[in-house]
Amino acid sequence: MQLVRLIVLAVVLIVMCVLASRAKLVPGRAQSIVELLIEFVNGNIIKNTLGLRAGKHFAPFLITLFFFLLAMNIAGVIPGLNLAGTSVIGLPLLAALWTFVVYVTAGVKKRGIAGYLKHETAPPGLPKPIYLLLVPIEFLQVVLIRWASLTIRLLANMVAGHIMLVVFIGLTQGLLLSGTWLVAISPFAGALAIGIYGFEIFVAALQAFIFTILAAVYIQMATADEH
Amino acid sequence: MDPMIISALEGNVASIGYGLAAIGPGIGIGIIVGKTAEATARQPELRGQLQSTMFIGIAFTEILTLLAIVTGLLFG
Repeated sequence: MQLVRLIVLAVVLIVMCVLASRAKLVPGRAQSIVELLIEFVNGNIIKNTLGLRAGKHFAPFLITLFFFLLAMNIAGVIPGLNLAGTSVIGLPLLAALWTFVVYVTAGVKKRGIAGYLKHETAPPGLPKPIYLLLVPIEFLQVVLIRWASLTIRLLANMVAGHIMLVVFIGLTQGLLLSGTWLVAISPFAGALAIGIYGFEIFVAALQAFIFTILAAVYIQMATADEH
Repeated sequence: MDPMIISALEGNVASIGYGLAAIGPGIGIGIIVGKTAEATARQPELRGQLQSTMFIGIAFTEILTLLAIVTGLLFG
């Protein structure tokens, strides 16, 4: 487990360092792939949530988060590694807590502690009694539910994907070696396993994307001006 | 371990609970994606923005189902 994370981390760091040290104006193939991904984070995630101007300050954080999670998730479908770095709770928790610290810091820096809490927990323009109900819920949401849900979402998706792969490949092997007429079904189970493998590649990218976009949304909620 | 044992599904109450928990978010995600498809058909130029909104909505909805997994671990 730690070995998988270490390998992924080393690969990402080395690739990034090499690419950054010999970055050219006319990019080669590897450099253009990385630039495409950065452009994707910039254009699709930051532009649509924070806006390019306000998001410039948080762009390094979000891009780092995206690459980190993408590499760790992809490790789950690389033959030989076989285990996503994010499928044990420590890493998603770390990333989620990092996000929590970033958006709270951004909000507090902008409004001060009291102003930030008021901004997040008490949206203006509601009847008075509602606030009794709303403020505790919103407060719990800010300090607990947001980062806990980020953790659980990433973790559950990666664990479920891993178990699904194991179940279908195990099923294929079990049917193939069963020695009865069930052998005839095993190709279908194998095809399903390969299909799920492809789906897992998609899920790995999607979860990195969703984690990053939610981080951006939370920062936007913390720093946005009232309309 | 014997692969037959791994692939054997054990029926218990927790899996029924998970099935129940998957109903609501399933309907919800269906509505979200369907409405996004409608909106994209009306205004194709807003596609990127609509898609990010769709993914945010899906993320908030699917967490309810994923919580069921945690509930199974806690009380199962």
